[in-house]
Amino acid sequence: MRRSLIGRTWPNVVAVVLFVFFAFPVYWMISTAFKPSKDIISKTPVFVPFDATLEHFKTAVNVPKFWTYTANSFIVTVLAVVISLVIATLASFAIARMRFRGRKVFVLVIMAAQMAPWEVMTIAVYLISRDNEMLNSLVPLTAFYMMMVLPFTIWTLRGFIAAVPKELEESAMVDGCTRTQAFVKVIFPLLAPGLMSTSLFGFITAWNEFPLVLIINKTDGQTLPLWLSSFQTAFGNDWGATMAASTLFALPVLILFVFLQRKAVGGLTDGAVKG
Amino acid sequence: MAVHSERVQTQSPESGKAAVATIETSAARGDGAGTAKKKSARPADGRSIGSRLAPYLLLLPATVATLGLLGWPLLKTVLVSFQNLNARQLVQHLTEWNGFENYTEQLKDEQFWAVTGRSVAFTVLNVFLIMVGGALVGLLLNRLGKKMRLLLSIGLLFAWAMPVVASTTVYTWLFETRFGVVNWLLDSLGWHSMAAYNWTGSQYSTFFVILLLLVWGSIPFVAFNMYAALTTIPKELYEAARMDGAGSVKIFTAVMFPNLKPFFLATTFLEVIWIFKAFTQIYAIKAGGPDGLTRTLPIHAFLEGSGRQHYGTGAAIAVLTILILGVLMAYYFRIILKQEDEL
Repeated sequence: MRRSLIGRTWPNVVAVVLFVFFAFPVYWMISTAFKPSKDIISKTPVFVPFDATLEHFKTAVNVPKFWTYTANSFIVTVLAVVISLVIATLASFAIARMRFRGRKVFVLVIMAAQMAPWEVMTIAVYLISRDNEMLNSLVPLTAFYMMMVLPFTIWTLRGFIAAVPKELEESAMVDGCTRTQAFVKVIFPLLAPGLMSTSLFGFITAWNEFPLVLIINKTDGQTLPLWLSSFQTAFGNDWGATMAASTLFALPVLILFVFLQRKAVGGLTDGAVKG
Repeated sequence: MAVHSERVQTQSPESGKAAVATIETSAARGDGAGTAKKKSARPADGRSIGSRLAPYLLLLPATVATLGLLGWPLLKTVLVSFQNLNARQLVQHLTEWNGFENYTEQLKDEQFWAVTGRSVAFTVLNVFLIMVGGALVGLLLNRLGKKMRLLLSIGLLFAWAMPVVASTTVYTWLFETRFGVVNWLLDSLGWHSMAAYNWTGSQYSTFFVILLLLVWGSIPFVAFNMYAALTTIPKELYEAARMDGAGSVKIFTAVMFPNLKPFFLATTFLEVIWIFKAFTQIYAIKAGGPDGLTRTLPIHAFLEGSGRQHYGTGAAIAVLTILILGVLMAYYFRIILKQEDEL
């Protein structure tokens, strides 16, 4: 069926407009970060930073404790993701491969836990951390971030384990493996894409987390989201430095996304809807 | 992120192939020797105590974590909501139970109802825009040629991957009063009164920025899922409909929509839950201001509880919020469980 010229053109025009709408804020963040200050506060915006400068990045990085916050963010995020992967691998193997009483309840709890209202539980988490004298420490952050990503990790890995045919494992056991060996040698290597995509999303969740760290770590143990949100207040109208800070913060996530995009998005979108 | 989990199962074609290969080899070898010896390791029949315990041992760490790190804060929220816990009691470690006082106080409070109404209206409008926008972008992705689809996907990926705190900061910059690019654009398009417009100065304009930020950040998820769902509809259905003389509207209502209905329902509820409990975007834009006029329930709970150090009051608002979310989630699960045959 031939479409008219307009019929063929408008989807492309709309696509370009939408591309600009979605990509522009990211572009604007990065380009502002590289522009010299006089271009940032010029009457007519400078759209391409021809005389790029690293000055704003220097300002952002030289904020006292920047490196502490960065280290905190990495420690908390990586630990949370790794611990949740270990716990989730065990649990997801059980719910994907074994039949037992209480399985359905466990699965329902996991599904509900994915939507846990952490945003309004911060007061309780604050009080619990305080009662254990763990305010301004990385321990509660790591533990609760781990819990935030755990349900999703279990649920996703369950799918990946279920996708590995049972026969594969059984034949390994026929060949003399124990069940544990069969898991380690046969299933685990096939889980690589699953582990990658779940850790990507775990990483993003923990890296971005804001409400909890806002309430429990007011002095030490701050992470980058808190640093970034207070940047504007601290730096008044230094938008160059603020955007440089945003860029630095967004960078690890954007890089991870580019690297893992294929697999992760494949995992996310392959039949978003079943049946 | 619940909807996505299912599709993972369809995902590893390689492992499927590998499986077939291995089965053949094991069959060729004959399974006389191995099976008998290994029987105890299998959970199927004649199960030993060890293998009957195995699933519970595997679930133990996850269960302990869930109870301690999710169950306990949840319970603690409920407990605190029945206490009079302000700065003084907190410092002196006092526990003063006050029954339903925090709740009656809230339910009589005008501001609470204003905030609740606002939260609901905000969520409805936001989710409506996200679903309609996301569905349209998904339809567009389906219609575009390969190159343009890639271009649009890249744009969507950027918006999707952008960390929330970073995008919130960027939006404050885009909508900045004097040097913000949005005001410049509106001014140069001829709307000169917008040249130095203070977006966070009034309730509706602040909400507009928050709304745009949430819609911008949420559409990619819906659009990608919509596109993925569209690709699962067999081409023959469209052809058949066209042969019968259906136009594009008819094709949408008769072919696409029935096939996409489960997707629409599930995604809508997910978005409702996500938007209703959105915190970072609203808080980081203006902390519920100006004059508390952009407070939604999670922000209200935080500001009353932690901000004013009325922890009991904050917890009561939190519990009321959780109850509303609980009702929404119950509906969501009904939809999901209807689709989910294998659980």
